[in-house]
Amino acid sequence: MSKIINDIRETARQLLAEGKVDVVIGYEKGSLPLKATPCFVHSSEGVDSLIWDETCENNLATYAAKTPGKKAIVAKGCDSRALAVLLQENQLVRDDLYIIGVSCHGVIDQRRIGAEVGEILEASISDGKISVKGMEGDKEYLFTEVKDATCRTCRYPNPVMEDLHIGDTIEVAQGAAAFADVEALENKSDNERQEYFKEQMSKCIRCYACRNACPLCYCQECFVDCNSPRWLTGGVNRAENLLFQAGRVMHLAGRCVDCGACSRACPQGVDIRALNRKMTKDVYVMYNHESGISEEGKPALNEYSANDPEQFLVKE
Amino acid sequence: MGEIQVETENKKYEPKIAAFLCNWCSYAGADLAGVGRIQYPATIRTIRVPCSGRINPLYVLKAMANGADGVLVSGCHPGDCHYISGNYVARRKFALIKSLLNHVGLEEDRISFSWVSAAEGGRFAEVVKGVTERVSTLGPNNGIFKVVDGGAADE
Ligand code: SF4
Ligand code: SF4
Ligand code: SF4
Repeated sequence: MSKIINDIRETARQLLAEGKVDVVIGYEKGSLPLKATPCFVHSSEGVDSLIWDETCENNLATYAAKTPGKKAIVAKGCDSRALAVLLQENQLVRDDLYIIGVSCHGVIDQRRIGAEVGEILEASISDGKISVKGMEGDKEYLFTEVKDATCRTCRYPNPVMEDLHIGDTIEVAQGAAAFADVEALENKSDNERQEYFKEQMSKCIRCYACRNACPLCYCQECFVDCNSPRWLTGGVNRAENLLFQAGRVMHLAGRCVDCGACSRACPQGVDIRALNRKMTKDVYVMYNHESGISEEGKPALNEYSANDPEQFLVKE
Repeated sequence: MGEIQVETENKKYEPKIAAFLCNWCSYAGADLAGVGRIQYPATIRTIRVPCSGRINPLYVLKAMANGADGVLVSGCHPGDCHYISGNYVARRKFALIKSLLNHVGLEEDRISFSWVSAAEGGRFAEVVKGVTERVSTLGPNNGIFKVVDGGAADE
């Protein structure tokens, strides 16, 4: 058992025993291979189910506001950023929150593995190697080969706020954010991009798993469920799918912390991230704003400046 | 039958453009154009809103998904908002939705944003002419928002 897991469990045990928190939100082993699942520990007896590894892919901030009482939460860099946005938006009370920060080396992109070996039957991780037994064959991977796309470009692997840090911190090169992935798409022709997104939109079945996985989609009534006005009809078609996706991305403008939870939750492999990243880039370039990098500050759309760019105006 | 077909073929394509106009400026500008009998194409379907800040980006998306050929959004010039800062708040949303939709391959000219004051009746007519010309060149909304299998229109 790794030192980090040990420390997480000890911390949880102490916090619960001393009555500092009512619940510890962390990860436990899931019922499927390579999938951890969120876990809510209410008493010190339960702490031994807590784990920490490259399968801890959910953004636990999703559960923070929904869990009543005082809570401790295991937070990677992106979880902590989502918590920061939730605090900025008054969805959480800082004093009710105890953040157990863990620096994150990234999580596994299961889809990449599944595409090669079929359904994953068994898997084990040790020393940065992942051995997988799949329906259509076995394979061994280096973790770096199957690291999730979002983790490859992560600028904040260390929690941006925390009450306690567990394990080492990760060195990150400081500098301007890079958006090579967005630029690659931008450099294509309008037609090529349209074809690409038509294909993506045709794949979506509007199950809303992406929305449910997102820590910042906390609306009591989402616009997709609203009856009056009725933004979406019951049918699933490409134009409506785009209405949903673009609407959601707009709602996350200047808020999305690029944790990738939505893309990983999608059963259809829709490239949701392509939309979110474009939005993140625009907000960064136009308003010099990065979401959730501190508890202070406001989401980009809650602010304005008299000199905001106006290239979007109609040609006259 | 034959005759009707000839008629539709000869009929010039007229796009349908949903126009969201702020009550305090562009809507009054459109009114002024009307009072001054300034001609502009009858392609816009005006929807009056209390402020450009009231324009939810979902309105734009819903109009496109419901088959509009174009959308025009117009509010007060920056600094002139009746509610002081509504158009500043709107400006960020407009810039982002426009950029996002272009990224997914929506033609640049389908969605237009402008600032037109209550005194600019002539300019309002010019904007509508320009937008109509460009949307007509693009033709019907058959790209990324093309309604396939079933349709998004409300019953
Ligand atoms: S993008 Fe994926 S997760 Fe989201 S609604 Fe569509 S199919 Fe479901
Ligand atoms: S939209 Fe996706 S990437 Fe952004 S915060 Fe929500 S789950 Fe994370
Ligand atoms: S998609 Fe928009 S309305 Fe729905 S939960 Fe997310 S932020 Fe709220």
